[in-house]
Amino acid sequence: MSTILIIATKEVREALRNRWVVAMTLLMAALALTLSFLGSAPTGTIGAGPLEVTIVSLSSLTIFLLPLIALLLSFDAIVGEIDRGTMALLLSYPVARWQVMLGKFIGHAAVIAFATTLGYGAAGLALWFGEAGIEPESWRAFAAMIGTSVMLGAAFTALGYLASTIVRDRGTAAGIAVGIWLGFVMLYDMGLLGLLVADQGRTIDAGVINWLLLANPADTYRLFNLTGFKNVSLFAGTAGLASQVQFGAPVLLGVLAAWIAGPLTLAAVIFSRKQI
Amino acid sequence: MSPTIEVSGVSKRYGDQYAVRDVTVALGAGECVALVGHNGAGKSSLIKLLLGLTTPTGGTIRVLGEDPAGNAAARIRRQIGYLPENVAFHPAMTGRESLDFYARLKRVPTCCNDALLDRVGLETGARKHRIGTYSKGMRQRLGLAQALLGDPKLLFLDEPTTGLDPALRQGFYRIIGDLRDAGTTVLLCSHALTELEGQADRVIVMNRGRKVAEGSLATLRSLAQLPVRIRLTVPDTGFAALEGELTGIFGRTATRLAGGVVELVCANDDKLDIVRRIAGIGTPLDDMEIVQPSLDEMYAHFLRQEAAQ
Repeated sequence: MSTILIIATKEVREALRNRWVVAMTLLMAALALTLSFLGSAPTGTIGAGPLEVTIVSLSSLTIFLLPLIALLLSFDAIVGEIDRGTMALLLSYPVARWQVMLGKFIGHAAVIAFATTLGYGAAGLALWFGEAGIEPESWRAFAAMIGTSVMLGAAFTALGYLASTIVRDRGTAAGIAVGIWLGFVMLYDMGLLGLLVADQGRTIDAGVINWLLLANPADTYRLFNLTGFKNVSLFAGTAGLASQVQFGAPVLLGVLAAWIAGPLTLAAVIFSRKQI
Repeated sequence: MSPTIEVSGVSKRYGDQYAVRDVTVALGAGECVALVGHNGAGKSSLIKLLLGLTTPTGGTIRVLGEDPAGNAAARIRRQIGYLPENVAFHPAMTGRESLDFYARLKRVPTCCNDALLDRVGLETGARKHRIGTYSKGMRQRLGLAQALLGDPKLLFLDEPTTGLDPALRQGFYRIIGDLRDAGTTVLLCSHALTELEGQADRVIVMNRGRKVAEGSLATLRSLAQLPVRIRLTVPDTGFAALEGELTGIFGRTATRLAGGVVELVCANDDKLDIVRRIAGIGTPLDDMEIVQPSLDEMYAHFLRQEAAQ
């Protein structure tokens, strides 16, 4: 077994052992099921597909919840191990530092992927049995939502690793993690709106806004899920926005992937020079 | 043959604070060397440098012929065992699981792990329990077991016996003794100096990051020139007579200690002569004991010397 896989396996096993996986899967499933039942109740008369409503509400919720869970899971990953002394022991073994970081990251990402797929998949399954006549296109949108949710979680896990690597103190790492969440999830869009209002459309056009949205993994995720599929964007009220978005799905996925690889690479470089 | 560890002129600075300052040391195969010093003397910092966990700000380090922080480090680490100070494991894992994880990382078959746990004396029942429930002694034994994985050529033990009871401590040193006899180089860090006697081939005294003294216990003793104490046990009735005789021989009175013990202090070189003369005195003695200066006293002496400079 390769070194990275050994470390990833151990990380998954620890997450199983301390109930992270169970708690997270149950939380995701409970929210997804609630939303899908709530969503499917009022749609019969207005003709909106229940799956599309679920996708819209679930992806909006994911933007708040999944980054928070990912950051909680990851902010302690490096600094906590250094603090407890387990990192010094681990690094005295024949492993490279980037292998340690990548292995741990893969373990954490696997936990998020498992919980998200299973939790949201439960909602999909409920709709599969409960509703007839859902179009294949809608199922594709639902699957894409789950996939990008995992990517969003992985991106914030990578950001959490970066926070965990640059500081020497667990408290500071936790503070930075909260800051990352507030910044990207809460304040960024408000700031963007404020900017638009203040600018009155003089210098900032749709192109600039598009680029600014890509500078935030949460907004990239939102763009992909709310504008990427036509039948979803109709119900999300973003059909107008969708016509303004210049980026196709591959670009948005690429940006999300870059939000995973970028912070993780930076964290690995910093970690390789860190004095333990 | 090149030495197992070669440290020349190594310094490690954090800000303007030196953790290790201009240290030069060499360790050969099968040597057991003790690193002694106060907390913060630079012992653990030196071990971290030797493991490549930190990089020196000056000087060069060669461990098993390679730079421990360089690219070949992963290869040499397969031959290194390390027991950190206050060893920690993930509390939710069992002892056996943890050891298996480390064995896999070191590419050692996990089938021998039970034998290894037998060797360090971790009970069969405890192996299946979560490490969170372990006592300090059990964690330390598991720590030693992981350090011994794959029969390392080089062992770093940082304060290995803190928190162990005397019986465990003896078992610990027995294992270390066996390893040394098998050719393993052992670098041991400690501030429990008295227990190193008879264990370490060589002692390196460190203070505030510097190497203060180095040598075998006998060498350090002669360097320190600390006085030897001769203790004589006499029956109550004979004390006055003995005191008279001793004053006659040495021209000074001996100190009287508790329990009918009389103590004479002399330089190490005069020791034999004085013992010969005591053997010839008339008062019957119950017992005679020669107390060499302990490692603790020598250590205190070297620190005083360092402070005076």
